[in-house]
Amino acid sequence: MNSYNEQKHRFDPSQPGSLGLTQPLGQMQRGSTGRILAVSGSAGDRNIERGLLEMGFVEGACIEVLHHGFLGQDPLAVRINQTMTIALRRCEANAVLVGPLHDAAVDTKPGMTLEYASS
Amino acid sequence: MTTTTLPLGEVRRACIALVGPPNCGKTTLFNTLTGGRQKTANYPGVTVERKSGRLRTPVGHTVELLDLPGSYSLRARSPDEAITRDVVLGRQTREALPDAVVCVTDATNLGQHLRLLLELRQLGRPLILALNMMDIAQKRGCQISIEALSQQLGIPVVATIAMHKNGVQDLLGQIDILLSQTSATSKAATIDTWMEPSPEAIRAYHREVERLLQEAVIQEGAPERFTRQVDQILLHPVAGLLILLGILFLMFQAVFSWAEAPMDWIDGSMASLQQWLSMHMADSLLKSLVIDGIIAGAGGVVIFLPQILILFLFILLLEDFGYMARAAFLMDRLMSAVGLNGRAFIPLLSSFACAIPGIMAARTIAHPLDRLTTILIAPLMTCSARLPVYVLLISAFIPNTVVWGGIGLQGLVMFGLYTTGIIGALTVAGVLRLTLLRGNRQPLLMELPSYKWPNPVNVLLGLLERARIFMRRIGTIILSVMVILWFLATFPSPPEGATEPAIYYSFAGMIGHGLQPLLAPIGFNWQIAIALVPGLAAREVAVAALGTVYALSGDEGTVTEALTTTLAHGWTLATALALLAWYVFAPQCLATLAAARRETNSWRWPTFMFVYLMVLAYLAAFITYRVALALGGG
Repeated sequence: MNSYNEQKHRFDPSQPGSLGLTQPLGQMQRGSTGRILAVSGSAGDRNIERGLLEMGFVEGACIEVLHHGFLGQDPLAVRINQTMTIALRRCEANAVLVGPLHDAAVDTKPGMTLEYASS
Repeated sequence: MTTTTLPLGEVRRACIALVGPPNCGKTTLFNTLTGGRQKTANYPGVTVERKSGRLRTPVGHTVELLDLPGSYSLRARSPDEAITRDVVLGRQTREALPDAVVCVTDATNLGQHLRLLLELRQLGRPLILALNMMDIAQKRGCQISIEALSQQLGIPVVATIAMHKNGVQDLLGQIDILLSQTSATSKAATIDTWMEPSPEAIRAYHREVERLLQEAVIQEGAPERFTRQVDQILLHPVAGLLILLGILFLMFQAVFSWAEAPMDWIDGSMASLQQWLSMHMADSLLKSLVIDGIIAGAGGVVIFLPQILILFLFILLLEDFGYMARAAFLMDRLMSAVGLNGRAFIPLLSSFACAIPGIMAARTIAHPLDRLTTILIAPLMTCSARLPVYVLLISAFIPNTVVWGGIGLQGLVMFGLYTTGIIGALTVAGVLRLTLLRGNRQPLLMELPSYKWPNPVNVLLGLLERARIFMRRIGTIILSVMVILWFLATFPSPPEGATEPAIYYSFAGMIGHGLQPLLAPIGFNWQIAIALVPGLAAREVAVAALGTVYALSGDEGTVTEALTTTLAHGWTLATALALLAWYVFAPQCLATLAAARRETNSWRWPTFMFVYLMVLAYLAAFITYRVALALGGG
């Protein structure tokens, strides 16, 4: 019944993995959470970007890395907004840039967002 | 196949298309709406199933309901999704623009599923939104205002529970209302100017969905827990793989042991039918054709039906439960090493029972190059029809000794044959993806759906469909081939006072003799060469054919027994090993080629398959023969 509280608890940024870093989804560990800051494809080919957007990877969405494979910890199973779980390989996941869950955490590190914006 | 060119003056039946993302319960809804009144065909030129059914609305309209392949977006990424796009846009040949589209969404996942609806709404065609699985959403405490959603979207919205007939009455009522209006609507101009949405447009759809949900969702439901908990185990990097292996073991155990009784029964009834006919028919060519050609041929195919049905029962249950995507997830890294997708795993696995269901199951692979590669390597998996040949040769030539740690040499050779097939398949796949079938490595972007209990009706209808495809398409081809092979092995009849068995003098014998110089370098004698001709139809036929060539008679068991002794004395070890190596690769199964022809829609790829497998078989047999000779196996 108290689903909202539970959800918040699960996305506690103080938990390991949610250290307030900005990193590509492809480098995230199992159990870590975050909020999508940007989805960008390689220049020229925007199909990866479109594919990711169509599967729910969109700026602002909450993600949680639930599982990874055995060899090379690849692929990843990522839960989006607590509703849909998507499997994707780390190389494609790198097109998704993930920041900390709470906007406040981003605000305290303005350099981070700036760095991402310029890249 | 339904055509749209009806006689003038006749009222065209209304056509309504069901569209929705995968895993939204669309097929269950389709089955509930149409019941058993449905038929499956293929869209011309592609191997995408066209599923349609008929239903009557409360007012009395007869409606043709079209179940379009599941799609996340109108930007098609696979041949299946392209069909959905083309039908909705009225671009599909021989398919009328649907009078209305019912967009099916999973009410528990509206945030992801409403985007497709927005894309469809953009087209300006009559549209109904069906909020499916409303019962599950409500159970999780989710409250959606249907009125608000309908008002915001400007289209009718109905809540459905696909499993229950009374859960779809509202939908039928809305279809009636829409049909009484649509006569006036003309083809909207937006359909002709439709363009794939840009990334920016998709982001805009996301924002619009967000806004809609804020308006219409009164209370959000609790997130699904069951799937998450089960996945902790089933997707665990180590435990998950072990469970997958366990499921596979169970599956194969079932395929081979459960199928035994029905296979024996089919075998027995075919034999008694042959016996009955041989007593009641006068000796004639017709009798020989019926008994040795038609019944033997049909029996040789039908006997694999139990295995195929059990295999597909497992596949359909696992698919419906939501496990198939997990299996693909677990195997993806391994398969991607040779340029394949995790989805290729199940078709290849099925090929261990029989390559035909394997090739049929390759339909679940969205990308055409991945699918083609999988089809081309499927025959390299050691199918059960190879077993009789392997067993015969191994028991004749490989001593039954224990080599190491209690493992028998015979079992080891058998294991080696299986492994050679797998390594061969992966190598061929890797080479194909680097040469002929070169293309970008396809991204794996796959939904891992929530687990749900399989729907018995869906599974049963799916199973009947597989059985029908197997019996009709494959059965007719193998039957005609068996009749041709019977002809080759029967004519011309042996001369007076013939000393050799009849097949020696037949066309098959002539072909065998003609092939012999070609096969001599790999150690095959003329008896093998002749047996390979009827053995082209199906691998296990070669055992019976060898029995015929060596003029052995009696029932199957005694022939095999006598053959084991005859071969052990007549052949060298090198010849036997070369034949085993040949059988790992050789395309000795016309039904597989026929299945590949059906699934690739041309003779080009089956021909390529035949040639490359023949070349591999010859090379493997040649190397084996020469090495064995050099090591003193002559």
